[in-house]
Amino acid sequence: MLIFVARRVGLMILTAFVLTFVVFYLTNLPPNLEKLARSEGSVRMSDESVAAWIEQNGHGGSVLGRYGQWLGIVPGWSNVDEKGVARGRCFEAGSDPAIAPRFCGILQGDWGFSTFAKTEVLPYLGGMLASTGWLMLWVMIVMIPTSLVIGVVAGMREGTRTDRVLSTFSIATTATPEYVSGVILVALLASPVTGLSPLLAEWGWIDGKTLFQGASSPDNITFWSFTLPVLTIALYGIGYIARMTRASMTEVMTAQYIRTARLKGVSFRQVVMRHALRNALIAPFTVIMLQFPWLLNGVVIVETLFNYKGFGWTLVQAAGNNDINLLLGCSVVAVFVVLVTQLISDIGYVFLNPRIRLS
Amino acid sequence: MDTLAYSAIFGRILIQFLPVWVALAATFALSISFKRRLGLYGKLFDSPVGMIGFGIVMFWVFTALFADQIITFDPYSQFSGMKNKPLGTPLAGEIEGAYSHFLLGGDHLARDVFSRMVMGARSVLSIAPAATLFAFMVGITLGVPAGYFGGRLDTTLSFVSNLVLAFPVILLFYLLVTPEIRLTGIPVVMAAVLFLFPIIFLTVLFNARFFTDPKKRNLYVGVVLVVGLWAYSGLAFNMDPLGVWSMDPNLLNVFVSVVFVNSPTVFRIVRGIVMDLKARDYVAAGQTRGEGPWYIMLWEILPNARGPLIVDFCLRIGYTTILLGTLGFFGLGVAPDSPDWGSTIDDGRKTLTLFPHSALAPALALMSLVLGLNLLADGLREESLKD
Repeated sequence: MLIFVARRVGLMILTAFVLTFVVFYLTNLPPNLEKLARSEGSVRMSDESVAAWIEQNGHGGSVLGRYGQWLGIVPGWSNVDEKGVARGRCFEAGSDPAIAPRFCGILQGDWGFSTFAKTEVLPYLGGMLASTGWLMLWVMIVMIPTSLVIGVVAGMREGTRTDRVLSTFSIATTATPEYVSGVILVALLASPVTGLSPLLAEWGWIDGKTLFQGASSPDNITFWSFTLPVLTIALYGIGYIARMTRASMTEVMTAQYIRTARLKGVSFRQVVMRHALRNALIAPFTVIMLQFPWLLNGVVIVETLFNYKGFGWTLVQAAGNNDINLLLGCSVVAVFVVLVTQLISDIGYVFLNPRIRLS
Repeated sequence: MDTLAYSAIFGRILIQFLPVWVALAATFALSISFKRRLGLYGKLFDSPVGMIGFGIVMFWVFTALFADQIITFDPYSQFSGMKNKPLGTPLAGEIEGAYSHFLLGGDHLARDVFSRMVMGARSVLSIAPAATLFAFMVGITLGVPAGYFGGRLDTTLSFVSNLVLAFPVILLFYLLVTPEIRLTGIPVVMAAVLFLFPIIFLTVLFNARFFTDPKKRNLYVGVVLVVGLWAYSGLAFNMDPLGVWSMDPNLLNVFVSVVFVNSPTVFRIVRGIVMDLKARDYVAAGQTRGEGPWYIMLWEILPNARGPLIVDFCLRIGYTTILLGTLGFFGLGVAPDSPDWGSTIDDGRKTLTLFPHSALAPALALMSLVLGLNLLADGLREESLKD
């Protein structure tokens, strides 16, 4: 077991290095740096001064070297510009280079300065992640029980009408990406001109113009502002997890030991609750863990659609504003989330399923 | 003229889609009467789910084909006084020979939502199936040998595919589909690598089968190489000497990224199936007969893997449609005024609460196409399992 975990962790670290390098390379392409130079310096810079700006601000040199500096395993750059001011990666322009630390990368906790948010990347990202955390928490609370119940109920009696209806519902939700379900939900429930809200307002059942709010913010988490974003993300996942649970449940329900239990006279309810459920929920566990990367996509779409200032919104802003440090920070978080959930799902699967023997 | 009632709008839309109904009726009548002779395709008509799915998919395929006849206005042109107008608004000001109403209203630039939705079907269906096909070519060409030979080749390829899969898709799109990256030529390099796979696949496919008959082999492989490299020069490098094959740089960027995102998943599926099938007796028999590994892989294992692959192909076209929509939604699409569904949803969402109709139409269209593909895949899976 220990060797298995160690190998997985080793592979994960290697993957993390390769992925962050790819992201670093792609965000630090020469045209991106030129754009950065023009937005930080001036729009009308000549090509020579752009090149000089890039050189002076530590964006020159080999990509590998810069990646090392960013990671914090290569000493940070420092030089003296034409005005005689000492500049460097690890200290404020003009302060004494001698007292500054030699290494300052993400390993040392220095994630750089965001040009978009005008603040340090790490605390800023932390705040945004906390906002997204609330969203994710509610998504999980809604999504996991709903999808498991749908899957188990559909799968325990395969081929019945209940099964058909629930399976069709699952297929329909997997066919509806977040940007479609979000649009439909807003039009139905949060628009003052269409859907339910004008009717309800006319009858005097709601105070405002709309039933739910079409925008939400992390400072004001209420049922009315949070329902639509949470529902939008959860719907897409519900269908997928429910289908996996159903497949796993139907497989378990045809197993010999279930038949034996039924023949012994155990009631159907007892068979499902006591015997089938535990084995049927092993596969969905993996699926739920592997849903995290997908949820990340959903978060980006929903936060953009509902203007919720969280991690996904930050990623879009960072990419749109060519904020290299912030985008790199977002990527590190995203890659970390994906790899850790993969690791947990691998290890958890082995723990939950005693039939798997590790060699 | 008055604003149309909902029933009148509905009726007029049905009439506009007339060529599609005719084509659909013909397809279904022909297919059902000959269904016993059509193999897996014919069996599809035994399953109600599969038939509904096939119907929806073919509806959009025919819509894409007959889009020029269906549209009521030019999807790109703007009409004064029609900005954000609701469903069924009559056209402001008489225009000679023009249709009388905006059936599904106008968008924020006073363009006809209905015509844009219909044209969107064409732009989506001209990219999604082709991109999926390329992803399958890449996935099969790499996945079959990885599953069959195993060992170091398998380890390396699996590691690389897991790398790509570990990227959140949206992050990858934001990194890969930008105007800056087009300047560096990275999309062209990716296209040069990815577009090579179909040529390699077909060459190896024909060579493995016909290498004992050099005359036939030279003919088939020659045709593949000439046509393939001709298309390759045009599509990847935009240097087709005859100017037949070409791809807009924006489109190439989008296309290559979608293929790149999709192929690792296909690779994993193909590899899994091949690993399962290579333990079968007929593979051992082929090996004993002294057949080459490529012949066994491509002419004995691959045809037996076709069931799950066809099902996944349908599902993956739907997924690719969703991906293209995502790209459009974030404004990374093909062109800013393109009528593809993702971009129109993006345009419409800015005025979503007040004028939902301009985002709703493409959203429902996209949803129905993907739903149709999923149902079709479900029907195919059910029928192929019955064999």
